Amino acid sequence: MWSRALIRAVIAGGLAWVLTTMTVAAEPLTIKIGYIGRAEKPATISLIDFPPDNDGIAGVRLALDDNNTTGKFLNQHFSLEEVRIKSGTDPTDVVLQLADHGISFFITDLPADMLLKVAEIGRQRNLLFFNAGAIDDRLREEDCRADVIHTAPTRSMLADGLAQYLVYKRWLRWLLVVGSHEPDKLFADALQRAAGRFGAKIVQQRVFEDTGGARRTDSGLVQIQRQMPLFTQGTPAYDVLVAADESEVFASYLPYRTRDPRPVAGSAGLIPKSWDAAHDQWGANQLQNRFMQLFSRRMTALDMQAWSAARMIGEAAARAGSGDPQTIFTYLKGPEFALAAFKGQKLTLRDWNLQLRQPILLADGRTIVSVSPQEGFLHQFSELDTLGIDRPETKCRLK
Amino acid sequence: MWRHVILGICIPVVLAGEARAYKAYVSNEKSNTISIIDTTERKVVGTIKVGQRPRGIAVTRDQKYVLVAVGDDDTIQMIDTASNKVVDTLPSGPDPELFTDDPTGKLLYVANENDNTVTIIDIERRARLGDVEVGVEPEGMGLSPDGKILVNTSETTNMAHFIDTATRQIVANILVDARPRFAQFKDDGSELWVSSEIGGTVSVIDPVKHVVKHKVNFAVPGMRPEAIQPVGIAITHDGKTGFVALGPANRIAVIDGTTHQVQKFLLVGQRVWHMAFTPDEKYLLTTNGVSNDVSIIDVAALKVIDTIQVGELPWGVAISQR
Repeated sequence: MWSRALIRAVIAGGLAWVLTTMTVAAEPLTIKIGYIGRAEKPATISLIDFPPDNDGIAGVRLALDDNNTTGKFLNQHFSLEEVRIKSGTDPTDVVLQLADHGISFFITDLPADMLLKVAEIGRQRNLLFFNAGAIDDRLREEDCRADVIHTAPTRSMLADGLAQYLVYKRWLRWLLVVGSHEPDKLFADALQRAAGRFGAKIVQQRVFEDTGGARRTDSGLVQIQRQMPLFTQGTPAYDVLVAADESEVFASYLPYRTRDPRPVAGSAGLIPKSWDAAHDQWGANQLQNRFMQLFSRRMTALDMQAWSAARMIGEAAARAGSGDPQTIFTYLKGPEFALAAFKGQKLTLRDWNLQLRQPILLADGRTIVSVSPQEGFLHQFSELDTLGIDRPETKCRLK
Repeated sequence: MWRHVILGICIPVVLAGEARAYKAYVSNEKSNTISIIDTTERKVVGTIKVGQRPRGIAVTRDQKYVLVAVGDDDTIQMIDTASNKVVDTLPSGPDPELFTDDPTGKLLYVANENDNTVTIIDIERRARLGDVEVGVEPEGMGLSPDGKILVNTSETTNMAHFIDTATRQIVANILVDARPRFAQFKDDGSELWVSSEIGGTVSVIDPVKHVVKHKVNFAVPGMRPEAIQPVGIAITHDGKTGFVALGPANRIAVIDGTTHQVQKFLLVGQRVWHMAFTPDEKYLLTTNGVSNDVSIIDVAALKVIDTIQVGELPWGVAISQR
């Protein structure tokens, strides 16, 4: 009697144990990713450039589709939570709340200062950040951090990518026009540095003051057509007008409206960027198709930078067979890591500041005109390191 | 014609030593054409207009058709080898790129880059029999010599998927380096080679144990590592020598089939994609995308002996058996 009950109990217990372990074995490893975006949208001159609501996060969603297709075969699953924060607000609660949900990986599209704040909050919880949105060099230089990986290119990478092509074209005399906002000045600094490195000459620098006003008016064109020739007259001889206008105040008004017939590059005309809707080489067509199918719109540079971050997490999780943040981080920093991102060569991390090395596309809004680094710009380690601030010049000390 | 017969009667010994004339079909990705090369005369003897973006290409086992995947038209076209005209199409999925046929010549397995599937087609009935779900951006297709295992590589998932052709189920997934593009079994089925374009390596896989048993790395002196992008693979029937096209490194790597050591690099045209042996294995033809030409390699001498201009952006090559 007693023994029968015991046997029953043992059988029941054993069965329960078997069932539990089976469930545990079948449960996929879940890797949780958080996306922190900005609540505000920038103003743009062209309607075409106005960012879609899901700019950036759409790239993450596509990458998670890709990761989860791979994950099917590896019993890994990737999930996503999204938040938007207003600039100037305290992000502490938002970050800690996501961390409480078990999220260790954060993909961010935040201004530099906000990113630094968020990363500082994350330090106590060992969170890892992927900067997909901020192009500030200082985040990879004096303000660099050991817990922030950058998939967005820097201003200096963008400026160098453009400069190499202009030099290849022998358009060596630049008229530099700079906006009056801080980011415009930073981009102008990067362009000046690029001109110096690659042998172009800035024949004159002009500032385009932002006097305020709406970008969308019903009779604006009449004035602009008169203003731009006036603004660009009386210059020394130049080959190309290079505009630094991240604030979208004037650059898009320059092409076809300059006093002299000259091409425009920089913030309008020929634009250096990490991705463009027209890019179709090296299998990019497939990614563009997948993106279009999912979101019924074209893929932006921010989408691509966010896609790259989420794919890096997926790639490392697949290779390392782990969802542990430190294991994934170690893999990404190691020599084995390489990301295939439809740019004709593998993308790797600069180990001195955790910046993703990447070719820079030069787009005219219709087609990809060229991809830098240009042939002939050599480097002893990687030609991609001819773009941006290189190891010997870095101010970064990772900590 | 008569001249050949007479020559054949008079000096058969010399003829036996000469290479036979085969037809090589080269898909020109940008021109939307197929160039036909006479491998003895080493010149283009014809051009066939096909659909948009022709890439993967093969001659059917009965030699009646050349099959070419025209990705932008979402189909595979059948070219009659007698008339050199497109006579029919096969129902692939969207954006077909590479495919392989089974040993009976009845079935065709197609990688559809755009929808993460491998499609199985009955060639004779021109009918789609079914799909197998694989990883993201399926590309390379290799079939074991006994036809039992189909291997598909997926470019963004970075795996070689082993598919049982009887059950159409995936039986193993093997991670390889980034952007795997081509899969090739040895004729004896003992090894599967998979090239990784972005990873810059070739994985030698044990198809029974499902493990990568060796990884071939390439270091071309004076060449930046990013430019070494392995794509096409060709292995001799005896399994002793492998050839790997290195893309923008403009070279073919010659690999010892036993030790897996790189023996030599052969300089060919720019951005070399794919290769095909003549049936007698005397010559290996390579498609050089950027330089719009085909290089001919003497397999015994391991030397490039000729270059032939074809259409724009040549991609794939297939050679008839007679």
